[in-house]
Amino acid sequence: MKEMSKIVKNITKLVYGFIIIFGFYVIVHGHLTPGGGFQGGAVVASAFALLLISYGQLEAKKLLKVDIFSLLESCGLTAFIVIAFLGLGTTFFYNFLANSGGWFGNAVTPGINPGDMNTAGVLPLMNMAVGLEVFAGLGIIVLLMAEGAEYTNKEGEHRNDR
Amino acid sequence: MSSFVEIIHLATLTIIIIAAFLTVVFKKLLLAVIASSVVSLLLSLEFYLLHAPDVAIAEAAIGAGLTMAIFIFAIRGTR
Repeated sequence: MKEMSKIVKNITKLVYGFIIIFGFYVIVHGHLTPGGGFQGGAVVASAFALLLISYGQLEAKKLLKVDIFSLLESCGLTAFIVIAFLGLGTTFFYNFLANSGGWFGNAVTPGINPGDMNTAGVLPLMNMAVGLEVFAGLGIIVLLMAEGAEYTNKEGEHRNDR
Repeated sequence: MSSFVEIIHLATLTIIIIAAFLTVVFKKLLLAVIASSVVSLLLSLEFYLLHAPDVAIAEAAIGAGLTMAIFIFAIRGTR
């Protein structure tokens, strides 16, 4: 696939880091602010789609590989089900870290406050697992679509609309 | 104050209908994809005005970002 113009490439180089950082912010603050694992993972995957469209196929391929994304997706799903099974002493999906004083174990203060990151027990860990899984899955979809476009474009003449 | 919000609602919904009509009318495929992305972006603004910021983030990331990227890949593959 042909790469886009120099303006688009420079703006992409400026902006895609901020988009990825915002996506991770949405994932990590999932139990305090709107959004969660799914929304943050979709934001990060859209940053990778922007990178893949503005640069051509070949430059982005050193950074983005299908195998790495598949490994990350498996890691996210495995972490989710392992955290769910860890609470099996009481019930499945039991929130065993809440109000325990350890990791994410502070008690929630009632009323209007700026919000404490260190609350809500097991929910931030599950948000991180879901965010990793959604980001890797949508990245695989975008990467495979780009490879398919490259494959069908190789046989005809190289004539793009821009 | 409430009439101001109502005016923004009406303007957003009107532009959504116009953009959806342009999606069907356009002959060039890239322009049609951009018009459909405008529909998704304004729909996410409408979700935010209806006090559903969670759905608005998902709609803006998936509807306006990833779907447009996948459609652009498909158009480049068929040329």
